[in-house]
Amino acid sequence: MGKALLYDATLCIGCKQCEQACATQNNLPYNDSIAAEEVPSAHKFTAVLTHGDKFMRRLCMHCENPACASVCPVGAFHKTKEGPVVYDVWKCIGCRYCMAACPFSTPKYEWGSLNPRVRKCVMCPDRVSAGKQTACAEICPTGATKFGERDDLIREAQDRLRQNPSAYVPRIYGVHEIGGTSVFILASVNVEEFGYPASAKIGETPLPEYTGRVMERIPDFIPVWSLVLGGIYWISHRRAEVAAAEAEEKKNGSAR
Amino acid sequence: MKIKLTFWRVVFLVIMALGLYSTYVRYLHGLGAVSNMTDQFPWGFWIGFDCLCGVMLAAGGFCMVGAVYLFNVESLHSVVRPAVLTAFLGYLLFTVGLLFDLGRPWFIWHQLIYMNPHSVMFEVGFCVMTYTTVLFFEFLPNVFERLNLKTPIKWIHKIYPVLIVLGILLSTLHQSSLGSLYLIMPSKLHPFWYSPALPFFFFGSAVAVGLAMTIFESTQSAKALGRHLELSVLVRLGGALLIALWVNALLRFEDFFHRGLVRQIIQPSYEAYFLWLELALSFLIPITLLSFKKVRLSPNGLYLASVISLFGFITNRLNVSLIGFETYVGHHYVPKWTEFSVTLMIVAMGFALFRVAVQYLPIFPNDDLAVRRVSNGHSPVALTAPVLGHAGD
Repeated sequence: MGKALLYDATLCIGCKQCEQACATQNNLPYNDSIAAEEVPSAHKFTAVLTHGDKFMRRLCMHCENPACASVCPVGAFHKTKEGPVVYDVWKCIGCRYCMAACPFSTPKYEWGSLNPRVRKCVMCPDRVSAGKQTACAEICPTGATKFGERDDLIREAQDRLRQNPSAYVPRIYGVHEIGGTSVFILASVNVEEFGYPASAKIGETPLPEYTGRVMERIPDFIPVWSLVLGGIYWISHRRAEVAAAEAEEKKNGSAR
Repeated sequence: MKIKLTFWRVVFLVIMALGLYSTYVRYLHGLGAVSNMTDQFPWGFWIGFDCLCGVMLAAGGFCMVGAVYLFNVESLHSVVRPAVLTAFLGYLLFTVGLLFDLGRPWFIWHQLIYMNPHSVMFEVGFCVMTYTTVLFFEFLPNVFERLNLKTPIKWIHKIYPVLIVLGILLSTLHQSSLGSLYLIMPSKLHPFWYSPALPFFFFGSAVAVGLAMTIFESTQSAKALGRHLELSVLVRLGGALLIALWVNALLRFEDFFHRGLVRQIIQPSYEAYFLWLELALSFLIPITLLSFKKVRLSPNGLYLASVISLFGFITNRLNVSLIGFETYVGHHYVPKWTEFSVTLMIVAMGFALFRVAVQYLPIFPNDDLAVRRVSNGHSPVALTAPVLGHAGD
């Protein structure tokens, strides 16, 4: 069964220990100036944003049906059965279609590198497959970031909304968006204020379906179109042959 | 051998020098140093122009091969070879452009071993690769003829029906798929340009561009080489272009109407200005021009209408790939001069190679090559075509 993360912004105290643990886990540099950066980047896979007394985390949403995995020409991205959407740097050719396609603009690029990689949160796949929590969930002192079974976390989020309706915007961001993700967000304000795309804008259709509608026609299109083209070729050339033969006959006839 | 420095040769040399400098920046300092692409704007001018426009402008190849060999329209025979040459060079240069844009171009061959059949990009890459091979075979007879090799020409003629059908099939697939690339970005691309019909638009406009490009390139090379131009051929192409533009325009407006965008389109906005520019250049002006019989029968009129429509469709591709994302991203993307300079260098190389090819190969019919070469005695490499002025298209 798939794992997921539940981030409850009302429990977050903005201590940024998740950022630090993430940096350690992924061998990334971390210091005060990086901590002050409020956007995820090629050297910062998760960021805690502060608006007044409200906090919000940004990280890869680990879509159930990820656009990045569907668009990658060499299949460098894939969703593991445990839930994380992971990246195989060896396969990557650097076309950056994943970045263009991601509705959350999660993947970031090493623009300054001569052999650049796409970087993003990969949900600690080694820890997860070893049965451990993600680094960010493990370190979180308040339980704002919680790791668990996807279904259990949805149920828990629903319980929290039911038990304390006045504390939350009544929705779990990530359950239905683009067909569901593996990161859920509960908050007292709209997540859109922190740069997340509006639910209505990204819709509930898994993005790969938009492409799939066209791509699934191709196996039928190829033989049909080849036959049509071949048919046109045959007819137009046959007509020319017949016309030439008739002209020849006429010439012979008149000569006689 | 003396090489005279003419204005265009100097321009060519300057373009190449700047291009080489940008190439140095690209490969020794990385994509960040050479371009204004960012995490928010991961696809820039090289995707928008070199890839989308490059492949579109090379559509003349499959259009003319289709007209002459598939539909057997004998009268257009004289434009097939230059059209195939343009397409072949276009696809080669597209590949060169890709080597600049890909972050890890040295792994481009991964396309062949790690295939992801769900990816539109994979499909485009695969089709372009195969189609370039097809174009190579369609181009080869020029070389064989030049070298007077009769047997290989016979072999190629035997497989010609297969090459023709395969070439058009692959072109249909990847020209439309370049539009399909954007289908997965409904929340990012502005509704003026995001449409479920994108693959149809991209294919339809490729056909129109194929016709316009053939008019452009025959007129241009006739001027440059001092050749006689067959007006009847241009007139036929112009008539076909008018029909193609109408079909494209009707499809576009039907789509706007269907998606309830008509009111939004006529209201001034940043996107609307670019849409107006695109629609005026690709449809309104050329259709109006070509509706006059006088224009349709004049080489200059046909040339003008074609070039305007080419600019229109180039605007369309840049709108889809760049302008259409600016509202989502929240800021403008203006390419760095080094991005332009790489593109300019690639285009200039295209013109130069075209020039060399027509100098040495029997691209244009009834040309007495031997006579022409003796009479002008220049080194063709240094003879950069005067058409370079349009390199910045």
